[in-house]
Formats: sequence, structure tokens, C-alpha cells
Amino acid sequence: MPEILDQARTQVLGDGVGLDEAGVLAVLNLPDEHLPAALQLAHEVRMRWCGPEVEVEGIVSLKTGGCPEDCHFCSQSGLFASPVRSVWLDIPSLVEAAKQTAATGATEFCIVAAVRGPDARLMKQMREGVAAIRAEVDIQVAASLGMLSQEQVDELVDMGVHRYNHNLETCRSYFPNVVTTHSWEERWETLRMVRESGMEVCCGGILGLGETVEQRAEFAAQLAELDPHEVPLNFLNPRPGTPLGDRPVVEGKDALRAIAAFRLAMPRTILRYAGGREITLGDLGTRDGLLGGINAVIVGNYLTTLGRPATDDLKLLDDLKMPVKALSATL
Amino acid sequence: MTTSDAGHPAHPAAPGAWCDRCGEPAGTGDHPACRASRELEPPRYCAHCRRRMKVQVLPVGWSAVCVAHGEIRG
Repeated sequence: MPEILDQARTQVLGDGVGLDEAGVLAVLNLPDEHLPAALQLAHEVRMRWCGPEVEVEGIVSLKTGGCPEDCHFCSQSGLFASPVRSVWLDIPSLVEAAKQTAATGATEFCIVAAVRGPDARLMKQMREGVAAIRAEVDIQVAASLGMLSQEQVDELVDMGVHRYNHNLETCRSYFPNVVTTHSWEERWETLRMVRESGMEVCCGGILGLGETVEQRAEFAAQLAELDPHEVPLNFLNPRPGTPLGDRPVVEGKDALRAIAAFRLAMPRTILRYAGGREITLGDLGTRDGLLGGINAVIVGNYLTTLGRPATDDLKLLDDLKMPVKALSATL
Repeated sequence: MTTSDAGHPAHPAAPGAWCDRCGEPAGTGDHPACRASRELEPPRYCAHCRRRMKVQVLPVGWSAVCVAHGEIRG
């Protein structure tokens, strides 16, 4: 057994203390023959410190495309020759999307907008949309609207938004290679305000942007320092027309190593499968990740791409005897 | 896959029209990457006129609107 896994068994599983950057790097560098042991340990950590429940979430794009930022992975930037056009979702369709999500048994519904930060029009749409959802659908509402001012943070709290997503996307040292129109520190500042407001912090990123293994470890350590309630883990799905459109997808075993390593860095967080798992891991790898530290999923479609049918994921959870977290457990 | 615009074929594109994923002529080459991607992507270009469509992806399903040829859903 590699020394790092022995250390993690005592430190993470036993004491609930996550691995530091060096420890995460050691896990990320484990040879293939030790990957099953790393996943098994990460699963034990998840079961001990989080429990068997899986949090299920649906997401929808309230405002698609036309974003002024240049996140190099994103098909919704208005700065690239992407085929994605700008479109707004109306309130009745938003409520219907929330109903569809709740019908899957999901407890979370995240409203997302492709913006640098919300303007008055978007905040008005949010206020009306969140009120309509809360009046008609039994589900927790989260939001992801880019960088916020303190006033906007306060307004979202007032609306009843209980969790805010703002991904750091990658580690601090690599971020300038991925985004040039704003800084990692600006994102961190929004996250600080969200945390202080009492909203739950949801912050993760994308693996496969061209970062090194060392930078993946740096990212895990920076997320652990932030200590978010939830970490959505995406794997790059290269989008036509974007600067990263020709990058290779992450190898399945590297993705699984990252899942185990991020779980061992953050034993208590909700570690969620987000975009890209279909092409990176496929069905078998998806199962391996759920048995290797993942304890939350986005079901159904994503913002501009399609996911597996929700019924497939729910059947998988049933097969694995992992109960879907009930709404009462999230309140 | 359905269409709300009777008379126009739904995704994927009809032979001889435009590829609804890359916007290139559908009859030129066999578009293997487009074919592979279609399971996990909604159409982006109108198969009749190559216009970029307004596409809304929802948790269940999607809709795509061409200003000239109407809406398709999947």
C-alpha cells in the first residue's frame, strides 16, 4: 500500500482532516495499480464524513450566450466564433424547468446566467423567477450569475436563494491562461461575500484545461482553503470555436484519480459530478466515481449540452443502494 | 425528437441540406465528429438555411428556433 494512502486512512478517514497540496499531488501521481485502493479509501471517507445520500440537482440557463468574458473553455463567450446564440428563458419556462427537475427527486435547482455579473434586468428576472418557483415548486433554489456586488449578494439572500455557485475554474497560478478579462482574485472576493452572507458556497472548476498535475493539486488545496459547501467537478468538454476547442478530453483514469484526490482533500464537502463526465468517464466510469468519493450529481441536461437521461442516473443510484437526499435533509 | 413546424425535418439534417452541428454542407464528407457529438448536443444550425438558431437547453429536452424555418424540439 502506498504511504500516502496509509497516511490518508489515518488522517482523513480517521480524523476528518483533508490532505494538503503535497498529499493530493501524491494521490494524483499514484500508478494505475493503486487507483482502486485510492477510490475505495475515498469512498470510505465519503461514507464516514458525508453519509450514503446523494444530492441531486438540475440546472438551467436563464440567459445563454453573449457573455463579455473570455473564459477559454466556454461556448457562451461572445468573443469567440462559437455557434451558441444569445437567448433568454421566460419565467413560465423557468418554472416548468424547475418542475421537471423536482420530478426527478432533485432537491436543488440552480439558475445560471452567462454574464460577467448581473445587471438590473437580470436581477429583476431572478426576483420574479425565484418567487414564481418558490410559489409553485418544492425545491431549493441556487444561483450562478457571475461576480456580485455586496448589494446583489444581499438581494439574492432576500429572494431566498440558499446557495451560490461561482467556480474558480482552475488554480490561481493557471487562471490567467484560461481567463484574461477578470482575475482569480475577483472571483475569490465574490465567494468571500457569499460566505459572509450566510448563503452556502458552491465552488469548483474544470479539469483538463491544460493545467499540470501539480496545478490540479494546487487547485484542490485552494478549494480546501475556501472550504465550500459544494464542489462541482467538471471535465473539459472541448467546445467548437473556443480557444480550448481542440484540447483532448481527460483520460478516464486521471479523472478518477482526481475524484479520489479531491475527496481526500475535502472529506466533508458535497463533491458533485458536473459537466463532461459522459465523454470522459462513460457509464462505467460514472459508476466508479460514485464509488470513489462523488456524492452528488447534476441530472438531465447541462447549460448548452445534453446529459444522460435523469432516469439512467437514478437507476444507477438505486443499483448502488445510494439514497437520493430528501428535501427535508437540506433545510 | 419532434418538430413543431410541420413540413420541416427535425434534427438531424436532411440529406443534401446543411449540417445542423457544424453548419457545413451535410453532403460534403460524412461529418463523423458531428455524428458522434449529436447524442450529447442540440442542433446549432438550421439544416435548411444554415442560419445559427436560438437554442434553449432545458433539464429535460431542448428547443431550437430558426427565424426563417421555425422551431424544432428534442
